[in-house]
Amino acid sequence: MIDEQTPLPGIAQGMIAVTRRDLLQAWKRPGDVLNPLFFFAMVATLFPLAVGPSSEQLAFSGPGVLWVAALLATLLSLNGLFWSDFEDGSLEQLLVSPLPLPALALGKTIAHWLTSGLPLVLVSPVLAVTYRLPVAVTGILMLTLTLGTISLSLLGSVGAALTVGLHRGAALLSLLILPLAMPLLVFGARTVSFAAAGDATGAGIYFLAAYAVLALSLAPFATAAALRISIE
Amino acid sequence: MTATLAASGLTVFRGDRCLFRDLDFALDAGELLLLEGRNGSGKSTLLRAILGLIDVDSGDVLWNGALVRDHRQAFHACVVWLAHRVGFKADLTLVENLRFEAALKSRARRDLQAVLERLDIDRLKRLPLRALSAGQQRRVALARMLLADAMLWMLDEPFTNLDREGRDLVLELVSEHLDAGGMCIMTAHQDVNLDVPMHRIQLQ
Repeated sequence: MIDEQTPLPGIAQGMIAVTRRDLLQAWKRPGDVLNPLFFFAMVATLFPLAVGPSSEQLAFSGPGVLWVAALLATLLSLNGLFWSDFEDGSLEQLLVSPLPLPALALGKTIAHWLTSGLPLVLVSPVLAVTYRLPVAVTGILMLTLTLGTISLSLLGSVGAALTVGLHRGAALLSLLILPLAMPLLVFGARTVSFAAAGDATGAGIYFLAAYAVLALSLAPFATAAALRISIE
Repeated sequence: MTATLAASGLTVFRGDRCLFRDLDFALDAGELLLLEGRNGSGKSTLLRAILGLIDVDSGDVLWNGALVRDHRQAFHACVVWLAHRVGFKADLTLVENLRFEAALKSRARRDLQAVLERLDIDRLKRLPLRALSAGQQRRVALARMLLADAMLWMLDEPFTNLDREGRDLVLELVSEHLDAGGMCIMTAHQDVNLDVPMHRIQLQ
């Protein structure tokens, strides 16, 4: 039998180590974090200039524009999720670590959400002001964006893992992810619109939450399998 | 219990080219396995096949009698791999990189300072990896190898980018590791003059 004397390291410890390292990395290279955020802010602020300042029109289109911008900004950041690890060889070292790969992949995804999804959520109230969204609606916007970006990071980690070995995988990554992200966009943006119109928002929020839970339970395993294929 | 690594009938195709066919070897504690062959002859691929990173077309790798592909984690807990690419984050400092690696390993030596001094990279501790030369980065990879305190060392061209002193140091470390009952698989272009029990595999 395999030598039992060498104990396996703690799964949580390894996951936290990966998250910590990626956060540290992001701290030292803030450009990677700021780029998608900048994109999000630019799209959201340029749109009102293009369509005109009528507050009715803005309040009507605001939720959709903010959601589309957030979706695209997240897609923009996904490409780098595994790329730098792939390039410098640290991905290979992760693959030969004694820890289960899904846990390490989840660690990386958590770091990705903390550096891409969370900043988008935190900036969104400022941009919501541009669209004259009431405070209550802004709360719903932040909630849907939180749930939506969690799902997007998880979905995206699968796509990024599948395309990491490919040259110019970015276009393919978007093609892979977008169909799966469509329900998020539809339910996310519509829920905010309903909130703005004073309608019930529970159904949309429950859907987004269910989507996030499903992604959380499946995506790490799919990502790990995809990484093993990509690295071969 | 002494550890053993054994392979039987390993065959790997890359496309329609056969890199090696029906390869057998057995390695016991204290022994060195030297993989020789020209560039592109499949030395690195063999290492990756043993690690389970690529699927072999046929054959088995056994670690202490258990199939590696079924007990991957337990096998990886006993292995450290020095690959072509050093696998460090260029923006993090030497110590940050090594700390991270230690968190992923089953057990790690705590005498970081002593290891860094031995490898003569002690004064580079606070520098980000990108500020180090290729040879210095290679030494950091050697530090990771020592700190992991693993049974089986798999070294892919360990002499790359190292100066003469560094090469002697690698040989010294390997021989110490084997004396202490460890195992080592190494690919190398140049002759390895070591007075240790050695197997050789010549890849075509």
